[in-house]
Amino acid sequence: MMQPGLYHILFISTTLFFIGVFGFFTRRNLITMLMSIELILNSVNLNFIAFNKYLWFNKLDGLFFTIFIIAIAAAEAAVAIAIIINLSRNFQSIDVNKTDEMKF
Amino acid sequence: MMSGENIIFYLLAAMILGSGLLAVTTRHIFRAAIFLLFSLIGIAGMYFWLQYEFIAAVQIVVYVGGITVLIIFSIFLTQQAGEKLPEQKIGRQIFAALAAFCGLALIMLQIFKHQFIATNQLALEPTVVNIGNNMLGVGEGGYALPFEVVSILLLAALIGCIVIAIRSKPQTI
Repeated sequence: MMQPGLYHILFISTTLFFIGVFGFFTRRNLITMLMSIELILNSVNLNFIAFNKYLWFNKLDGLFFTIFIIAIAAAEAAVAIAIIINLSRNFQSIDVNKTDEMKF
Repeated sequence: MMSGENIIFYLLAAMILGSGLLAVTTRHIFRAAIFLLFSLIGIAGMYFWLQYEFIAAVQIVVYVGGITVLIIFSIFLTQQAGEKLPEQKIGRQIFAALAAFCGLALIMLQIFKHQFIATNQLALEPTVVNIGNNMLGVGEGGYALPFEVVSILLLAALIGCIVIAIRSKPQTI
């Protein structure tokens, strides 16, 4: 086995990103789609931290990008859950195929 | 020859990817939330492994303690208890898996072809002191302006959540 380095972490984050993409394609429930988005955002964070650790360790830019992404992801999750709760109150369902009032 | 450090790395990687995969494939939505929780904890462990302790603490506080709890509460509010998600069309699943795998192959090919070159300057340790000085600095490498913008964004999101999710009173005649 090799010593884990930048390429190993990039492999993990890329795989996690496409696991999230797969979930986003297959899921039809809004909460599980939100979970897929969280996975995607986390893979990007891991990427930033790995680049900061192994390539540009003279600055902390990757770390700050991660902090700001975490903050924006928290805001995004909160707004998305507010929308989901409102939707489930009005349609009694959070399936994206059933909420088609504005479709035509 | 495996040192303890390597073993921990591979265990964390297996935890992140395994529970991430289960989180997007299981048909019990509550189990999906729990698997997502374990995936996020694994990522926090990976930050600890990389010795970015501050960001690992932020990850645990915000994701594990905040967002996962929020998701579990919204599951309680919107789903029928014990109900499975409806089964998806097999064609859609195959297409999604194929698209994700092709994307993964493309990106991995590009990454392993690319030669990354590290900087040769002196390392700046990611201690809390350095993070704080840069976070509120206005000079080179300072992040005071994005910090303020994010605080405004969080305030707007807070108010927006309340406005969207508030239960409007039924019209009385």
